[in-house]
Amino acid sequence: MNDLAKSARVVRALGARSIRQTFRRPQLLAPIVVFPTLLLAIQTGGAGASIELPGFPPVQSFLQFMLAGSMMQSMMLAGNSGGIAFAVDIEMGFTDRLFAAPIPRFAIVLGRLAGTAALGLFASLWFLAIGLIFGAHIEGGVPGALLAILLVTASALAVGGIGAAIALRTGSASVVQGLFPLVLVVLFLSSAFFPQELMIEPAKTIAQYNPLSFIVEGVREPIISGIDATQTLEAVAAIAGIVVLGLVLSSRALKHRLRVG
Amino acid sequence: MEAVMGEAPGEAPGEAPASPAGWRTNLATIGALMARAKNELVRVPGAAIPGVLAPTIFFLGLNGVFGALTQLQGFETGSYESFIVPVSMLQGAGFTGAAAGVNLARDYEQGWVDRLLVSPAPRWVLLAGNVLAASARSLIPATFVLGIAFAIGAEWPGLDGLVICYLMVAATAAAAACWGSMLALHFKSQSAAPLMQAGTMALILFTPAYAPLALLQPWLEKVANVNPLTNVLEAARQGFVGSVTWADTWPGLVALAGLLALLGSLALREMRRTNV
Repeated sequence: MNDLAKSARVVRALGARSIRQTFRRPQLLAPIVVFPTLLLAIQTGGAGASIELPGFPPVQSFLQFMLAGSMMQSMMLAGNSGGIAFAVDIEMGFTDRLFAAPIPRFAIVLGRLAGTAALGLFASLWFLAIGLIFGAHIEGGVPGALLAILLVTASALAVGGIGAAIALRTGSASVVQGLFPLVLVVLFLSSAFFPQELMIEPAKTIAQYNPLSFIVEGVREPIISGIDATQTLEAVAAIAGIVVLGLVLSSRALKHRLRVG
Repeated sequence: MEAVMGEAPGEAPGEAPASPAGWRTNLATIGALMARAKNELVRVPGAAIPGVLAPTIFFLGLNGVFGALTQLQGFETGSYESFIVPVSMLQGAGFTGAAAGVNLARDYEQGWVDRLLVSPAPRWVLLAGNVLAASARSLIPATFVLGIAFAIGAEWPGLDGLVICYLMVAATAAAAACWGSMLALHFKSQSAAPLMQAGTMALILFTPAYAPLALLQPWLEKVANVNPLTNVLEAARQGFVGSVTWADTWPGLVALAGLLALLGSLALREMRRTNV
């Protein structure tokens, strides 16, 4: 129990550091906020008429539909930014000093992920605020908003695990930064920006199996119609799958990092 | 070189006299700066990949996601790939121009700009080398995206439509490079990169990028109507969605001339303010 409390203290300290680091460096925060907000405005204004298309789910406005997609985009970029910050720590030798300290190795990774999760939380609050300011309704009310926030925060933690694994494996910030286009590909090949039924092949079929689509639908449902147990469970299952993948990859990458130094 | 080393009375420091020999030297300097940019591309080909990849991903992604928008009443074409490809080509130009600004900031941080500034080359020549290199470089992502667009079924815009589209792309890259250079010389740091990229991206996408003007939300329609890039996009797009007309071409040319004059002057002002 004493060991567990000690580990929790380490995670808390490292998590607080990574949160402070992100909010102090505008170049880490800007892509998470500025880029998705800009794209939300452009897509809402440019493709807003699409809600008249036959087959479009009943929504109050395209902005209401798009909120979940923007949260997902921001969350994915938060995962990428977290990975970059972790890789910078490795490049600068900070992680080596942590490895030499008498603390559990998993706490080092978890501390970094706490910062990424905080960014996910910030992103969900930011886009919910934008939605409410510009007139979008949250059909699921306060419980629906809380569920959306919870799912986005958990997704950021999950995606951050993969970012951390890549940072540990490569130890290079520029390699992790180079994954940015991949983030865009994963987003476009999901139902983040448009209903899957109305997408063009092959994007439509890929989106059907993309785990991000399950998460985005889980976040979107409480916003556009109300809490739906099936979609929430599907989103939780997709997040759990990514967490497991992140854990396996991180654990292998950590072993590799300790071996190569 | 003597022609540019000497300064005529009343000329600003570093400004070459406009004699024929001076012009030849200036053109040679611009050529050398463009060759340096080309060498960078040849020696580090990986550096060009993000500039090519980003507009390509946007093109394929937007086409796959928003392709059904052509079913809306008032859409001027049934081929969304034809409608969106000029946007992605201009986006590539914007990224390339912004990258020219980032490279200039890097050159400043590494002391290369200082060495250029103590040379007898006029400031506008140093700026023109950077801007024209970006303009030429923008043809790479544009051609790559266009090739992919043709492969998935975009319509042939006609030779005149294609030439106008490439002209718009090259000039947009030059304007974006002026914007990037201005910020690079003002902030003197690569950390201004997000501002360079966000500025060009906003200017290109706050237009009828996703749908025709009439189908935009009222607030975006108002913004697009005053955004000079709307005229540029309409000129670049005309061959892909219909026929090429002078009425759709000249507003784009005027808009780009205005943007180049404004952003070029501001970049030159920053260049002249930069002390060694």
